[in-house]
Amino acid sequence: MSAAAHREAEGQQRWDDACRAAAVLALDPLGCGGASVRSGPGAVRRRWLSLLETLLAPEVPLRPVPLHASQASLVGGLDISRTLASGTRVVERGLLASEHTQVLVLSMAERWSDAAVIPITRALDTHEGLLERDGSSLRFRACIGVIALDEGLEDDERPPAALLERLGIQLRLPESVAPSEAESIDTVRAKLLAARSRLRRRAQDPDLIERLARLAEALGIRSIRALLSAARVARCSAALDARLTPDQSDVSFAARLVFAPRATRLPQESGAAEDQEPESPAPDESRDAQPPSADSREQGALEESVVAAARAAIPANLLDSGAGVPRPRRRPSTTSGAGAAQRASQRGRQIGSVAGSPAQGARLDLLATLTAAAPWQRIRKRDLPAAGVVCISRRDFRVRRFEQKSPCTTIFAVDASGSQALHRLAEAKGAVELLLRECYVRRDRVALLAFRGTGAQVLLAPTRSLVRARRCLASLPGGGGTPLAQGIEMAAQLAESLRRGGDTPSLVLLTDGRANITRQGKPDRAQARADTHAAAGRLRRLALATVVVDTSLRPSAEAEAMAQLAGARYVPLPHASAEAIAQVAGAVAAGARR
Amino acid sequence: MAFPFSAIVGQDESRRALLVSAVDPGVGGVLLFGDRGTGKSTAVRALAQLLPPMPAILACRYQCDPERTDLQCEDCRRRPHPKAGLVPVPVVDLPLGATEDRVVGAIDLERALLEGKKVFEPGLLARANRGFLYVDEVNLLEDHLVDLLLDVAASGENIVERDGLSVRHPARFILVGSGNPEEGELRPQLLDRFGLSVEIRTPEELAVRVEVVRRRDEFDRHPEAFRQKWAKQDARVRTQLVAARKRLPTVGTPESTLRCVSELCMRLGTDGLRGELTLVRAARAYCAWQGDATCGPEHIRAMAAPALRHRLRRDPLDESASTTRIERALQEHFAAAAA
Repeated sequence: MSAAAHREAEGQQRWDDACRAAAVLALDPLGCGGASVRSGPGAVRRRWLSLLETLLAPEVPLRPVPLHASQASLVGGLDISRTLASGTRVVERGLLASEHTQVLVLSMAERWSDAAVIPITRALDTHEGLLERDGSSLRFRACIGVIALDEGLEDDERPPAALLERLGIQLRLPESVAPSEAESIDTVRAKLLAARSRLRRRAQDPDLIERLARLAEALGIRSIRALLSAARVARCSAALDARLTPDQSDVSFAARLVFAPRATRLPQESGAAEDQEPESPAPDESRDAQPPSADSREQGALEESVVAAARAAIPANLLDSGAGVPRPRRRPSTTSGAGAAQRASQRGRQIGSVAGSPAQGARLDLLATLTAAAPWQRIRKRDLPAAGVVCISRRDFRVRRFEQKSPCTTIFAVDASGSQALHRLAEAKGAVELLLRECYVRRDRVALLAFRGTGAQVLLAPTRSLVRARRCLASLPGGGGTPLAQGIEMAAQLAESLRRGGDTPSLVLLTDGRANITRQGKPDRAQARADTHAAAGRLRRLALATVVVDTSLRPSAEAEAMAQLAGARYVPLPHASAEAIAQVAGAVAAGARR
Repeated sequence: MAFPFSAIVGQDESRRALLVSAVDPGVGGVLLFGDRGTGKSTAVRALAQLLPPMPAILACRYQCDPERTDLQCEDCRRRPHPKAGLVPVPVVDLPLGATEDRVVGAIDLERALLEGKKVFEPGLLARANRGFLYVDEVNLLEDHLVDLLLDVAASGENIVERDGLSVRHPARFILVGSGNPEEGELRPQLLDRFGLSVEIRTPEELAVRVEVVRRRDEFDRHPEAFRQKWAKQDARVRTQLVAARKRLPTVGTPESTLRCVSELCMRLGTDGLRGELTLVRAARAYCAWQGDATCGPEHIRAMAAPALRHRLRRDPLDESASTTRIERALQEHFAAAAA
């Protein structure tokens, strides 16, 4: 088969799975939690969503949730206009509130922040929402399923892990799909109807969970929720095909859609897997005591093909990138990139309210405004008998004042080339941990990138988690040439993207300045130096708070010149220790914050 | 409807920590930190429906204790013959998006509008008085709310000075937090406020994993029947809890136990005295829970890790986890004591 034909076949398989997944979701939207759908915003995704919508209709509506949906629009809040009109408190329902099942469609899920999805994950867990805002308190039903539209391109652009964890199915749609005559919608509807009643009176399937648990173990999936989701998906799949208990194909289907995207390792070859079999703990003795029958051998063979199905569905680059393991993702800003400064007066800790106009983007402090208006009501009504229940004049307006606290991120760019690499990396690593220990009090973050050989690499995406830093920094490679230009460029890119997210980055560059690899990754000392100087110029234009720490035994003129070009401070630290580096970095970050 | 407490598979340490804090609220709160999908919230919500009701002044908005006049709010002290009754112990959920006015309380908007009167409307801190305040994803809580919680948790009193109001009321609650360290660390000040800290890991053994899924599955299909099935066990836990509370004041704490705790803390180099005090209280509460008369080494052993693991000084170059260090110290200590 040619490569193109192979790709097409693979795409078709993924599309078929996606269509079946839509039917499964339509069958039990609450039980499955929902799905994350990784794909560009194109025709294929539109087609899939409209299929899902048709299958869910008419009982379950799809409800779009925009990226900037605030806490208030999710859980609800005070309905200002109606409150003012009626004079009694009117609480507005949020998007989550629903007595009957609905499916929320989150657009650009990869851009949601960890905190923004919490009301959603809570509703997925408990089918209940909680409103504690604006003087109102309400517990409400929230029967929701979620479709998270994931438009991320890079490996680290993913929806928040807390959300992905709860969405059983993870789809990757193919880029294009050949038009095909699908089953008519009526046929599928009839199937769904039958399946629903079948699902209710399904037989016991005692060994299903155990089979799935073994499979999850083989694929290195630890999450219990994934296991639960896989069981539900397998049962729905069986019910769709008029089976009372899931069979081989249902387990394979669940393995492809639930397990494969979460796999952290490839299953062992079948021979090895069978050898392992007796070691795995059996739930109880009596079952273990049965002699291996022909039946169980047959089961072993069945399991093999399920494993093969899961293996085939694991995305090619997943294991290299380790995307299945929970890992740092690029932290999306809570709002779009534009206007970090303008936002400044609208976030952070509210430190009170002042008289003022709610124009120019300031947020009205309703309670304060009403409080200010309250004592005047009797007088105003006497003067203006035709007025509504509450008379509010411009004088009463109070707007919120916030204490701005923009987060800071210290980027360490470490030259991991040559003989000094190990020492420099070890000390940089120590400095990262020291800084994290100190700066998590202030909630600042740290990132680490290293350059060596022919390229640069982000080793630790911006994080404030010591746990995560430890894991990432456990083993760092070192040695090879010095692609300094690439290192600087990557640091500059990272700093720029952090700035777009409203962050204040600062950079600590650890190097001896002796570049010998060009931007293109070729060994050419003269060109490498020219490239480095160009990159340093770019750094200067960013006006980034930067310090160049020269770690070579004798301070080098090259490093100093480069620092000058980049508009950076130059600090020679021949025997740089973790403490000294952390101190320098702390000073730079403090400078950036000002 | 919440999952029954006794049906939770494994998670011995977190269950023990929650029960110990229910036996003796003085232990301080519980922090459940660890992997996703390990039933952290489930355990807390399960505990809520297990707690025996408590006597309270019925007219009081802060469910003041009729017996403890010293801890009552101003209104209750002024009431001549307050009517008391049994009320459920509050387990109050503080959602991440909560606004400050709902947490501390604020002016009652309706009455301000309709009557032009300034009346205080109590917030979550008031509702949590004498009960539990639960914060899921506590590490993502906004800083100003964290500061606020710390302040109130330390003083046991909520002082409101806002919207022209000036109110103070008792707010003694057991702070229970849960979260996932992948999403960020907890500030040390907040960490220290939790009496006990539990590290939760996803179970690795196949049999346990299968059992977890089976029970969850059964609960989701037939919640009512499942609860019936476990009602007896839950009732037993409740009875044991009541007995433990009664026994707690009589639990003996010999000199040797106190010395053992001090030595252990010294060996580990814990910060401050809070670790020692918490470990002694927790061990006593655990002793009462077990129905034992004297607090001894086995109770210290059981509570040392949750009471101390978040108070060890962090050494960035020591990779070994706090739990391992405590295990090691325990072993060394008891080996030395035996010799």
